[in-house]
Amino acid sequence: MPPQRQIRVGNQWMRARDARRALEEAIRAEEAERAEHGGGHKQSFLRQYVFSIDHKWIGIQYAVTSLLFLLLGFSMMLLMRYQLAWPGKAFPGFIAKFLGDANAPGGIMLPEFYNQLGAMHGTVMVFLAIVPLAVGAFGNYVVPLQVGAPDMAFPKLNMMSYWLYLPGGLLMLTSFLVPGGAPSSGWTSYPPLSVIAPHGQTIWIIGMIFLITSSLLGSINFIVTIFQLRAKGLTFMRLPFFVWAQLITSFLLLLAFPPLEAAAILQLMDRVAGTSFFMPSGLVVSGTPLQNAGGGNPLLWQHLFWFLAHPEVYVLILPGMGIISEVIANNTRKPLWGYRSLVGAGVFLGFMSFIVWAHHMFMTGMGTAISAFFQTTTMIISIPSVIILTALIISLWGGSIRFNVPMLFALAFLPMFGIGGLTGLPLGLAAADIHLHDTYYVIGHFHYVVAPGTIFAMFAGIYYWFPKATGRQMNEFWGKVHFWASLIFINGVFAPMFVQGLAGVSRRLYDGGAQYEHAKPIIHTNVFMSISAFLLLAAQVPFIVNFFYSIFKGKRVGHNVWDATTIDWAATSSPPLGHGNFEVLPVVYRGPYEYSVPGYTAADFLPQHVPDDGEPTVPVGGGMLPAHAVAQKEA
Amino acid sequence: MDDGHATTLGAHGQGHAHAAHAHEIEIPYTVHPRPDTGVYNGKLGIWLFLASEVMLFGALFSTLVLLRTSASVWPHGWRILNVPLATLNTFVLIGSSVTVILAWAHLRLGNLKKAKLFLALTLLCGFGFMIIKTIEYMTKFSHHQYPSTNNFFATYFVLTGLHGLHVLGGMVVFAYLLLTANKWYAEKRDQFTNRVETTGLYWHFVDLVWIFLFPILYLL
Repeated sequence: MPPQRQIRVGNQWMRARDARRALEEAIRAEEAERAEHGGGHKQSFLRQYVFSIDHKWIGIQYAVTSLLFLLLGFSMMLLMRYQLAWPGKAFPGFIAKFLGDANAPGGIMLPEFYNQLGAMHGTVMVFLAIVPLAVGAFGNYVVPLQVGAPDMAFPKLNMMSYWLYLPGGLLMLTSFLVPGGAPSSGWTSYPPLSVIAPHGQTIWIIGMIFLITSSLLGSINFIVTIFQLRAKGLTFMRLPFFVWAQLITSFLLLLAFPPLEAAAILQLMDRVAGTSFFMPSGLVVSGTPLQNAGGGNPLLWQHLFWFLAHPEVYVLILPGMGIISEVIANNTRKPLWGYRSLVGAGVFLGFMSFIVWAHHMFMTGMGTAISAFFQTTTMIISIPSVIILTALIISLWGGSIRFNVPMLFALAFLPMFGIGGLTGLPLGLAAADIHLHDTYYVIGHFHYVVAPGTIFAMFAGIYYWFPKATGRQMNEFWGKVHFWASLIFINGVFAPMFVQGLAGVSRRLYDGGAQYEHAKPIIHTNVFMSISAFLLLAAQVPFIVNFFYSIFKGKRVGHNVWDATTIDWAATSSPPLGHGNFEVLPVVYRGPYEYSVPGYTAADFLPQHVPDDGEPTVPVGGGMLPAHAVAQKEA
Repeated sequence: MDDGHATTLGAHGQGHAHAAHAHEIEIPYTVHPRPDTGVYNGKLGIWLFLASEVMLFGALFSTLVLLRTSASVWPHGWRILNVPLATLNTFVLIGSSVTVILAWAHLRLGNLKKAKLFLALTLLCGFGFMIIKTIEYMTKFSHHQYPSTNNFFATYFVLTGLHGLHVLGGMVVFAYLLLTANKWYAEKRDQFTNRVETTGLYWHFVDLVWIFLFPILYLL
């Protein structure tokens, strides 16, 4: 190893101070050049920043919007956690005023409002925050760069996808303002409750149709982009695992969402046209028999809903696994262990996810034969998940690990997702599920998968690709503060849920179980969980500040700050919007994770676009310097 | 594989090539098929879209099957619905599937006039279908048969209604293609031909859905 003070630039080493100067010089030169060339064809403000058709900007739009929705969904949960920890206690002044007398008379939350928050927390988190962040933001920004495409295959559809998502999301939020409030039948919207619910539910359905259309356009776009716009030489088995994950995810979105759209249309008809698709005969509501034809089947909704919502679980986790794979390979400085197994497991996972949905319905009385079938498929689907996790853990073996912020989040993802996944097994067995269904155990299980699992993966991705999107790096110290605080408090929120659930505390209880005798011994943990949740909010402050501060004032870095091999790092940092991604489309010569190649001494990484002999089609941009800085210095 | 990759992209190349649309970058394989996949982007896109449509209508057909098999009473479609009118509609729609192929074929042969004629005929068939459908609906309403009457009518109205919306969507696209045909044909002939082809694929799917709807709703 060369001395610490030296920094590698391209294939040569130079003193740190010289390198930093050269970097700043090169960035200035690049900006000047960009201004000169970019000035000639300036786009209108609307086209560049609002109705942009550039995948990078759309990705950023998705990222910022979905992070705001994430914060919103989290805030809803904080209101609920306050009520759960201290049932019937009035909210502090300004929050009580904000909630208003209709929702919290005298500052005390109404049970109806608690139900609305619960339903909207789930909806916002799943459909407006995590999926748009994992697919809309990371998929949009990274996939075209990683496959070496100038943009997505259908840029205008891409824009439309975002502009259906945002109105759909905002529309859903307006349901808080209509008489009767937001939907309160849970994020699953089970009929008959959802059909007889107030108007908010209609808005939910219409919003959902917007979101489904948005994800449909997005998924078609991703699949076509990956199939059609792959760079020359980028065969399928040379795709980064992140691209594979997005490809599988897109197929899930493409094929699983339409049945929910069908179900949403049917529920809409039940609500507005008086049909009885989901309404059985002889229903009596508040002492009055319902005047509908009857003959419908409430279970039909559950089947259609879970036919979407189970693949949706894998939509939530697969992009996260993709991000984790990139970060782990990059920071262990060695190839992923079992790339082919990862890809095979991912594809198998995607396929199996279509035939496990009824394990959400063991308690509906659908019969032991069907339960046995879905129990078997559920056990089978755990195998590919274990393969993926195992491959990622073995990848750490023998690596000289760099513990930067993305890597910390990636490392935490492994045990956290492990806990979430393994606690799911008892739920997949019909006998154990009789005890555990609809308890806090379920809540703990899927939150471990999605919160310290997927959301940590998202954080890893944000810290990892932030320099690519902005040309600046987020602050490492505050990143670490964010990481450690989040890790501790998020476990404080979710770990006690397993204990509560095993003790039989049901979910969706307005008072957190205070009225149940069997919950008495364990109910005190509610206070601990709620305080952890408030501290978890505090732990996000360094992230939010760091995020916005670093956009403008973060440390400037070169094109390939992490010394990565995939071709997204061959593009310039903060690639100019609307100008394509690469000056020349890259050609790919090898697999995605050629780190520490034996016999290759110039660097410990060999990018995909560098030919075995001769000049790369796109400059390596290794070390700290932007692509043409070296050439400029030599000239 | 070469034509797409050889294209120089980015600020420098584009500035000279398309001064008018300098900010618009060129997406490879928009018009010509990629050799190793054998399709152009739009064609793959429309096939994927149709796959999702299969899932949409599949869910609705499953709903019909489940509701019907679990119902104690379910009327026979041919006793209640107007079979002759629906048969006529079937032929109208099949006819339009033929005309849309002819439109595409004539574009390939370089005969814009004939292509426009067949596009217009397709659009006309769409209108015919919708008019007949409206007559059917109006008759039902005048007999006080609504979606809320019973689950038979609920599935009938939802399935045919959603199919009707698909026909309407296709008609909008055909009208757009017809109105812009001259301009597109003059400027980007291959791309226009592709657009007619992909719209045609969609139109065949809409036709196919009807081929399933007709026996299941009207004849069984």
